[in-house]
Order: sequence, then structure tokens, then C-alpha cells
Amino acid sequence: MIAMTAAVTGTGKGARGWFPITQATVGYDHATHSGTAHALLLDFTNYDLGIEARVALELDLDSGRALLGQLQAAIDAAEASGVALA
Amino acid sequence: MWNSFKTDDRLGISAQITTYQAGNDDEIHAYVVRPTGEGRVPGVVLVHHMPGWDEFTQELAERLGRHGYFVICPDLYCRFGHGTPDDVAAKVRSEGGVHDDSVVADCGAAAQWLRRDSQCSSKVGIIGPCSGGRHALLTASRVRGFDAVVDLWGGGVIMSDDQLTPARPVAPIDYTADLDAPLLGLFGNDDQSPTPAQVDAHQAELERHGKTFEFHRYDGAGHGFFYYHTPMYRQEQAMDGWEKVFAFFQEHLKN
Repeated sequence: MIAMTAAVTGTGKGARGWFPITQATVGYDHATHSGTAHALLLDFTNYDLGIEARVALELDLDSGRALLGQLQAAIDAAEASGVALA
Repeated sequence: MWNSFKTDDRLGISAQITTYQAGNDDEIHAYVVRPTGEGRVPGVVLVHHMPGWDEFTQELAERLGRHGYFVICPDLYCRFGHGTPDDVAAKVRSEGGVHDDSVVADCGAAAQWLRRDSQCSSKVGIIGPCSGGRHALLTASRVRGFDAVVDLWGGGVIMSDDQLTPARPVAPIDYTADLDAPLLGLFGNDDQSPTPAQVDAHQAELERHGKTFEFHRYDGAGHGFFYYHTPMYRQEQAMDGWEKVFAFFQEHLKN
């Protein structure tokens, strides 16, 4: 099983609306819904609010790479803009 | 065998969720399927896969029950909380997975629970798909007394050092000498976990230790080819695989 976690600060929108996010888990394992045997599994959670406080994504590896690149590009652009706080 | 019952057989099943005293004396949930009717029948511990104690697993238990096996399927994620199976599986994943020791203890206790029930014959097997196959093999290697074990495409039987984790500290293949039951393994040749080379290596280790086993490998199938709820399903290979499972359990649990 491949799974890594990070403490994060933010909000996510789940089945019951917006809630604060405290943890992200990134894994690669069996997909539940995407129809592929395995997928990148991204879970944004706040287990203080219950096990269902979760925003879930299942992505293929190419999508994960594309997301990673654009996430980094957005962070770089935000920092370069002078608008973002450190 | 599939569709081999007689139409005047009075076969049926009852299924329910119950709790039992599992590892660490914890009360955990289990899905229990009993064939109806008189007489004692073999028991089977069904080990769920990584995606959790889910609907596929419950239907698998019912299929085994309809073929005359008294099945207990523990919720190995019970201690992590309750919600939809995928939410619970995500929580387990975020904590690095369920510990092998916990699974072995829960499945060993499930076998004892079966044996204490007057409906259970003297024979108990264990079966699981995916991580459940790995855990079935691991349990039958570390807990004595199982009469048959079925590993359905279990990955992670062979693990490199960098794949060992706190939850999975020992590769199951390292327990091969201790395996205490005849083993049936079903694998897809397009699977990446386990790969055909890993199945070869597992087979060689079983042969080296003189274990009783039979492996069947299917072309045109990858991982999870029994999973009729996914595109991984392969009808021809799955139906043949089920025949192999029922024949194996017939030989080792019913005869």
C-alpha cells in the first residue's frame, strides 16, 4: 500500500457542504469508483468532524502529473505576483 | 459447482451482521452467512480486500453460503470507525493501513468462533481477494488449524525491504515454512501486483518447502477478475476460477 499524509489548512466541499480540511492523504491503490484497478487516491479530510468529512479524488497517473505541474505553477505564479502571503 | 443444485434441494441462507470477540478481546462486527437446513457444514473465514468491508465482499460471502459453507467475514477496519466502506477505507489508508497482526488475530478468532458453533463441522478454510488473499495466506501461516486457504490474486506476498511498513513488517512469503494448510492460488497474468514473476517466485518457495498447493494463472485477466462490479471482470476466467475454488473447498473441507 502506498499512502502519504500531510497536515494541511484549508476548506473543502463535501456531501454536507463546506468544512475545514486538516489532512491530505495521497495514495496509489485500488480505485473504488474510477473503474480502473488502481488510481491515485487523494483524500482531503477532517476526522475531528467524522469519518465522512472527506473530499475524495481518484486520478490516473497522467492526471496526477498534470495536476502536480499546474499546482506548482500556480504556487510559483502566486508567489511571483506579490499578492500571496508567505 | 455453479448451478449444480437440484431444484428440489431445500437450500437457502440466512445472513446477518453480528459482533464477535476478535483480537485483543475487542468486539468487532462480522457478516455471517449460514446455510439453512439441518446438519453441520464446513466453516470459512472470508477476508475482505483493501477497499474494505463492502457490498462485493458481502455478496461473496453469500455465494459461499449458498454453496454450503458457514461463513464469517470480519470487519477488519471496525476499530477505525464507521461510515461508507470507501470513507472507512480512506481513514485506514490515512493511518498507514490495518496492521497485519490485527488481521491475523481477528481472523484466527473468527475461526475459533466458527468452531465453537454447533453448525460448524470440524473443517474450516480461509479465503480472500486482493489484500484479503495476502491476509488469508498470512493467517494460515501464522495460525495453526486451517484446513484450506485460498489466495485470490493477493499482492504483497513478496515484499522488498523498502515495501515493508510498520503495519506490514514481514513479507508473507517469509512464513512459507509455517504454512499449515493446502493452498489454492488464482492469478491473472496481466496483474502488476502480484506480477507473474512474483507468482513464480512464490511457487518456487512453496515447492522448496514441500507445501501442498495449486496455482492457476489466467491469460487475458489482470487483478480482481472476479469483480463483476468493475471493468476488471473477466467472465470466462472468473467462472473457471469459481469452479477451482469450489472444487478445492469440496476436496479439503467437505470430503
